[in-house]
Amino acid sequence: MTEPAAGRTMVQVLHDTLRAEMARDPSVVVLGQDVGVKGGVFKVTDGLQAEFGPVRVLDTPISEIAIAGAAIGAAMMGLRPVAEFQFADYMHPAYDQIVNQAATMRWRSVGAWSVPVVFRAPCGGGVRGGVYHSQSIEALYGHIPGLKVVVPATPGDAGGLLRAAIRDDDPVVFLEHKALYRRGREVVTGDTEVIPIGVARVDRAGGDVSVITYGMGVHLAREAAERCAAEGVETEIVDLRTVSPFDREAVARTVARTGKVLLLHEANRTMGPAAEIAAFIAEELFTELDAPVLRIGADDCHLPYNASEEAAILPDVGRVTGAIRRLAAH
Amino acid sequence: MSAPAGSPISEDLLLRIYRVAVLTRALDHQLWLLTRQGRAGFVLTGRGHEIAQIASAATLRRGHDSAWPYYRDMGVGLALGVTPYEILLGALARAADPHSGGRQLTMHLSSPSLRIGSVSSAIAAHLPHAVGAAYAARVRGDDSVAVCWFGDGAASEGATHEAMNLAGVHRLPVVFICENNGIAISVPLALQMPVERVSDRAAAYAMPGVSVDGTDAETVYTVTRAAVERARGGEGPSLLELRVPRITPHSSQDDDAYRSDAQRAAAAAADPLPRLRETLVERGLLGLDEDEGMVRAAREQVIADEDLALAMPDPAPERARRWLHAGDPPHGGAVLPARYAGWAGVFGD
Ligand SMILES: Cc1ncc(C[n+]2csc(CCOP(=O)(O)OP(=O)(O)O)c2C)c(N)n1
Repeated sequence: MTEPAAGRTMVQVLHDTLRAEMARDPSVVVLGQDVGVKGGVFKVTDGLQAEFGPVRVLDTPISEIAIAGAAIGAAMMGLRPVAEFQFADYMHPAYDQIVNQAATMRWRSVGAWSVPVVFRAPCGGGVRGGVYHSQSIEALYGHIPGLKVVVPATPGDAGGLLRAAIRDDDPVVFLEHKALYRRGREVVTGDTEVIPIGVARVDRAGGDVSVITYGMGVHLAREAAERCAAEGVETEIVDLRTVSPFDREAVARTVARTGKVLLLHEANRTMGPAAEIAAFIAEELFTELDAPVLRIGADDCHLPYNASEEAAILPDVGRVTGAIRRLAAH
Repeated sequence: MSAPAGSPISEDLLLRIYRVAVLTRALDHQLWLLTRQGRAGFVLTGRGHEIAQIASAATLRRGHDSAWPYYRDMGVGLALGVTPYEILLGALARAADPHSGGRQLTMHLSSPSLRIGSVSSAIAAHLPHAVGAAYAARVRGDDSVAVCWFGDGAASEGATHEAMNLAGVHRLPVVFICENNGIAISVPLALQMPVERVSDRAAAYAMPGVSVDGTDAETVYTVTRAAVERARGGEGPSLLELRVPRITPHSSQDDDAYRSDAQRAAAAAADPLPRLRETLVERGLLGLDEDEGMVRAAREQVIADEDLALAMPDPAPERARRWLHAGDPPHGGAVLPARYAGWAGVFGD
């Protein structure tokens, strides 16, 4: 494919990656609601059914248990299914399949069965989707041994990580923030590059304060870092890319560098991924710290359709900027 | 007396079904003893279901068709060639258990080489897996069929309906076999579903639904073979309801106090093993002495397996986290006793 000069959006890169993986490996299949003729509600699977046929791109009934479960059974028979859920909020009916089945299969069969399924879903709020089209669900899966949880922040990462997830021999929960689908374009050159799961990336280097985040948090942190830079505070942004297992070495490196840490995510604050990373820092990196670890997450509430209440609950650039300033002043 | 003309099942196969049933019963008996002795932690067996399990499993192409049993399906496992020794290793939670390394409760089979899916305790979670296996056959263009066994209580789960609906919409090669023993732990069928028969549900998924006496080997074999052939021929899924008794309590942890003496006696009276034995004796395929010898040999075989399994080590504690992800060294499986060389369950000679 020739790269458009203006670059591609996350949706385009996800689409192109799926298409390339299906062309490369006949065992890759896609199943989900409206993935066929419509090409998915966000168009990630656009045109794939026309190209690969109605069997490899299977329009399913509205049956999340069956989508996840059939993907698991097909994976046990040697396929590499990519199961699409229309919204992360609607993965909950399939929780038993993902948590009790996919996550345990290899362990409970002492290594005999593999479940190389990618469970893909659009996640995240800030789009006035209401309580059922806005959830951040990564912590629910990050708690489960046997699952990997990936949340890309940029088009290029989405492609490289999806490639890794499809080729991974274990189940991967792959969460795509819907507000990032078309937020910006990126010229993605390494179209065959696999970005290893579990490896973070320094999104912006800086020596004063670290913001450790992923997904939408990267974009809030970028804006906040710009504001703070104008005030002479240099922020380092670490994009985890994988929530579970998170990159402990990358966390250790940035903590050693700045000694001041803000953990940021859009998921609810209580029991969120930041709590786990904060515990890791407290246990392993305590002596590196120059300030208390701060956390920002959503304000432990469901997300409303109403814009003003939604904004009140979600993290925003102002809160992130404030936390960086507080740390810098410590 | 020889088999009636037009019998759907060869004399030889009928005898093999009985032989595997006798072995299953002997193992069943031994497992209950092991829990009473405190050596096995938990036991749950299919006494009364054996003929339904074995005669239906006998219709598969072994190792080609995939099998998706539930926890009560010891007969399915032995019919396909799982050995009692492996099941005893599992019941005793020994490291060498090739099905789960002793990680799962008794009778949670798993065997990629026999294409037996990993049993989960979560009721009905495996029905969508069978549908996925059938879908994989469609993608690859091979003619394997997925066969799935479950209880009547499992028929109430959402997973069951979603699986059957998906299979029905896409006419996938899967056979759903409900072993209806009329009760789910303590809850009777009438509180499980408002229709009279599990097979009535088939209409909603545009598949044939049949309900038959699951204690009759010839009937079970005939209806299952037809459903498997139908699936293999591209005509889509079927739902079979095999009516069976549950002769034991639900499990070793259950007091069965919710059933009356009369109900328990009725279940025991419907035992399919004496029935098949009578048929075989009547047709001159089995002598009573021969039968006694077979029962005794099965008992001795199981006890010998138990002795071997008891001598096997527990897993090393540091193994506990192994196989959470790809890349760990292989488990290695179990070294089977020499008597199992060539053992192929109901498919052997
Ligand atoms: C999802 C789920 N809910 C509840 C249970 C607890 N449970 C174990 S066996 C059982 C009864 C199942 O009855 P049925 O499907 O009729 O099979 P049977 O045991 O009678 O063969 C129940 C409720 C479970 N294992 N899984």
